[in-house]
Amino acid sequence: MSDLMAGLHQPGDTLLHRLPVGAKVLGLAVLSLAIVTVRDVRAAVVFLAVTLLLAALARVPLRSVWRATRGVLVVAVVASAFQWWWYGAEKAVETFLDLLSLGLAALSLTATTSVNEMVDALARWARPLRFVGVDPDRVALTVALTIGALPGTIAIARETRDAARARGLDRDPRAYLSPFVIRVVARAHESGDALHARGIGD
Amino acid sequence: MTSIQLDEAAVRVPLPGRGEREILAPTTLTLTEWRVAVIGANGSGKSTLARLVNGLVRPSSGRVLVDGLDVARDGAAVRRKVGFCFTDPAAQLVMPTCVEDVELSLRRTVADADERRRRAMEVLSAHGLADHAHDSVHSLSGGQRQLLALAGVLATDPVVVVADEPTTLLDRANTRRVADRLLGLEQQLVLVTHDLDLAARCDRVIVVDAARVVADGRPDEAIVHYTDLVDA
Repeated sequence: MSDLMAGLHQPGDTLLHRLPVGAKVLGLAVLSLAIVTVRDVRAAVVFLAVTLLLAALARVPLRSVWRATRGVLVVAVVASAFQWWWYGAEKAVETFLDLLSLGLAALSLTATTSVNEMVDALARWARPLRFVGVDPDRVALTVALTIGALPGTIAIARETRDAARARGLDRDPRAYLSPFVIRVVARAHESGDALHARGIGD
Repeated sequence: MTSIQLDEAAVRVPLPGRGEREILAPTTLTLTEWRVAVIGANGSGKSTLARLVNGLVRPSSGRVLVDGLDVARDGAAVRRKVGFCFTDPAAQLVMPTCVEDVELSLRRTVADADERRRRAMEVLSAHGLADHAHDSVHSLSGGQRQLLALAGVLATDPVVVVADEPTTLLDRANTRRVADRLLGLEQQLVLVTHDLDLAARCDRVIVVDAARVVADGRPDEAIVHYTDLVDA
């Protein structure tokens, strides 16, 4: 997950890089809806081909494709196994291909759009909310920070789990959950202080 | 040089059912030197003193002025003048890639996204981090992270940089790298540190012990006072 979120943006000058963020988000929404609603294994193959083409068009390095999709692959395999059990092979293949297509479509967006471009776009879209007292910049920044906080939170989870194991307490959920929650809250306070010190939100 | 004034500035925190605890006793200081070090034991109040300068901590009584601006009343204006570097850069770096994190600092002052990117790349180049511009902040070494955090602070052209134990988590080589960078800044520097070699390279050293300034003056004299205090 941390690999998926961290540093995935690949700078470039491809057609997808040059497209406005709004067009890309809309395109991703339409494509995702089509993938989810069209229930046919042949369509699933076409969708996978389209999303592979998009990733190629965005010149996403194969290493990044692998890093981003390996987590999706695990979910896809498990979900497909259940589908096979309940509905048969065709449904399982369709589910597997659809989940892979959704992952690749999202990857094409994140690889060609920096977080700051996304923040700028979100701030623009949230501008009408000013009239009800909402600060658009703050909304956009909150979304970006939530995404940005994921790798750090995962790192804390791993460190806390290792610390519990080192003390022979890996079977005691309190030895893991309590320090994990405390450390995440402490990190949130530190990040808040850091943002405050940088004058963000002033 | 910028003038930082603490005028009877004190910090107290309430203890439920037990009154208040004094984190920093009423302190009066005027800091006009280029590089000021603050040294003292853990929990002595030195970080609180540093945080007062940026407005991260507000005085419970008294006042703190930076170039005549009151940190309690003009907090946003003070933060535009005073940059702050934390001990753990991981808490300070909030964007996925190096260039995006520097761009975040510039959001307040540079509206155009292309100009922001150009300026961020300039800042990274100046800190020897241009090759890492599009790398994940999590893939950097400790020293590189601290330099990136400093780059994010300097991107906004502050006139004062406050650094709270910026080398505590670093190895010897990275300590030297970050220290040389900090001590070479043209901005006024307020440096909280446990590293006495680093403090000795400053123009003035303030020793804090048990929430009070107990020594203040030339590095050689103040450091001797501190080591005597520790050894006593």
